[in-house]
Amino acid sequence: MSATLATPAALKIVSLSPKRLAWQRFCKRPAAVAALVVVALFIFVAAFAPWVAPFDPIKTSWTLIRKAPSWAHWMGTDENGRDVLSRVIFGARASMTAGVISVTIAAGIGVPVGLIAGFAGGWTDTLVGRIVDAMLACPFLILAIAMAAFLGPSLQNAMIAIGVTAAPVFVRISRGATIDAATNDYVEAARALGNPAWRVAARHILPNIVPPVMVQATLAIAAAIIAEASLSFLGLGQQPPAPSWGSMLNSAQRFLTQAPWLAVFPGAAIFLAVLSFNLVGDGLRDALDPRAK
Amino acid sequence: MRGHLGIRILQVVPTLLLVSIYVFCLQQLMPGDPALVLAGEERDPQVLAQIRAELWLDRPLVIQYFHWIGNVLTGDFGFSWRIRQPVAMLIGQKLPVTLQLGSMAFIIAISIGVPMGIISAVNKNGFLDYLANGIGLAGLSTPNFWLGIMLILLVSVQLGWLPPSGYVPLSEDWRQSLATTIMPAFVLGNAIAAVLMRHTRSAMLTALEQDYVRTARAKGLREWTVVIHHALRNALVPVVTLGALELGTLLSGAVLTEQVFSVPGFGKLIVDAVFNRDYPVVQGVVLVTATVYVSLNLIADVLYVLINPRLRGA
Repeated sequence: MSATLATPAALKIVSLSPKRLAWQRFCKRPAAVAALVVVALFIFVAAFAPWVAPFDPIKTSWTLIRKAPSWAHWMGTDENGRDVLSRVIFGARASMTAGVISVTIAAGIGVPVGLIAGFAGGWTDTLVGRIVDAMLACPFLILAIAMAAFLGPSLQNAMIAIGVTAAPVFVRISRGATIDAATNDYVEAARALGNPAWRVAARHILPNIVPPVMVQATLAIAAAIIAEASLSFLGLGQQPPAPSWGSMLNSAQRFLTQAPWLAVFPGAAIFLAVLSFNLVGDGLRDALDPRAK
Repeated sequence: MRGHLGIRILQVVPTLLLVSIYVFCLQQLMPGDPALVLAGEERDPQVLAQIRAELWLDRPLVIQYFHWIGNVLTGDFGFSWRIRQPVAMLIGQKLPVTLQLGSMAFIIAISIGVPMGIISAVNKNGFLDYLANGIGLAGLSTPNFWLGIMLILLVSVQLGWLPPSGYVPLSEDWRQSLATTIMPAFVLGNAIAAVLMRHTRSAMLTALEQDYVRTARAKGLREWTVVIHHALRNALVPVVTLGALELGTLLSGAVLTEQVFSVPGFGKLIVDAVFNRDYPVVQGVVLVTATVYVSLNLIADVLYVLINPRLRGA
């Protein structure tokens, strides 16, 4: 009988950290992994745009006006003879920057407010809840347009407008996650040991609300890229001649019959970037919270 | 149930009050003096002082707010700085256009999203499920304005089937009206169809696991009857309420769609106002949009209680 039982040495118990487990679950989704590669590619292209782009994105050439895609200009040239591929590459810089910075602003406002509201409870929570409800009552894009209009058209103001408008969602998510985390025994234990409230919130609750915030941040970057492109399309974001996918689409509208490629490539870039961030966000959600699947 | 609805209706009041404060505060972000914007080339201090007095800009902020909200409550949103017409009148003229577009978009979204959600749930983890999910995700990731431009390129420029832009009122010529609005409505409905597809799939998956569905199958009913008459009827409860919430996002989407297709609606009104620095119009549009959105939220809640038999008796 003893021959059939495995000895303790033979039993290899593999203990994985939650991060490792989440990564393993993420890697089981091929679409999410492929999307992560595309996201990394977009970030690389945005960061090294001056070295990756074959031409100067704002240099005009009267001899190259509206040339169709060719070996010399893979995505053709625009109405001012500028290389579309170079402008799409530099446009990635505006979109990625807007995506990351506006979500950083949103999380920077939303997470501390949500943490305080969820942890303090009582009237603080009620007041924050009401303000968040009011902010969420205004549709995201209309509010971002209004705010960008009042601040003045520029990429910087567009990022502020998108960030402030997206903040209530982060308040709501971090508040919910805080209330959930605060019921855990280790939080009770930390309180019982006499830790001050700020330390309990910062050391014991904050690390536990990171996963849902991370998922929301990834999905919010996708929404912010669309919002930045929308504002630039309307002329409220990146100002010409600096390239942006949204403003490129705006000018492409005037040449749909003569140069359709002007509309195809910047839009395809937005679609691919947003789709990739959405897939990564979905993958992260399933990896970090398998119950939500 | 009446108590629950009463509380829910009462909760709308402070929300709308906070929305009004928020919208009012937006104007304070504006750099410089609004009187200078309004005066244009005029720099006469007397004229500027007169403008400030007319607009109550020379009063404390709190007084300005109460004056503004007092007027809003009587339906007076002020005058457009550019075309000197009441903002309420402008909104009244443009809103029906967007409502027509929104209603068509919603019908398109339901017609695509709900059947796709059902097919996806019934074929869970099958080819059709992956296909429907892929289409849904693509729908969510496609910017409205790009889809609009691509449709103009294909349907109007290449095929010549529909006019690329413009708007004909329904009362004038219903055929032309449909021809000018079908493409923008499809673009607007696209993202909502994707959201509805996801909600329907999720609700159907839950419903298909319930005991009553198992009982219906055990009785020997055809699978189609089980799915449509037993599972879908129950799954539609959350879909209807979540769908009502999506109506609010139609207003956001209309801004860009109307711009692409040159539809003179509510969305185009705010964009034109933004470029003309016509701030009373911007404020009015944002406030009306938020009120419509809050009302839709309320209607969604009421619908949820009314169509859910378990809550109806509570």
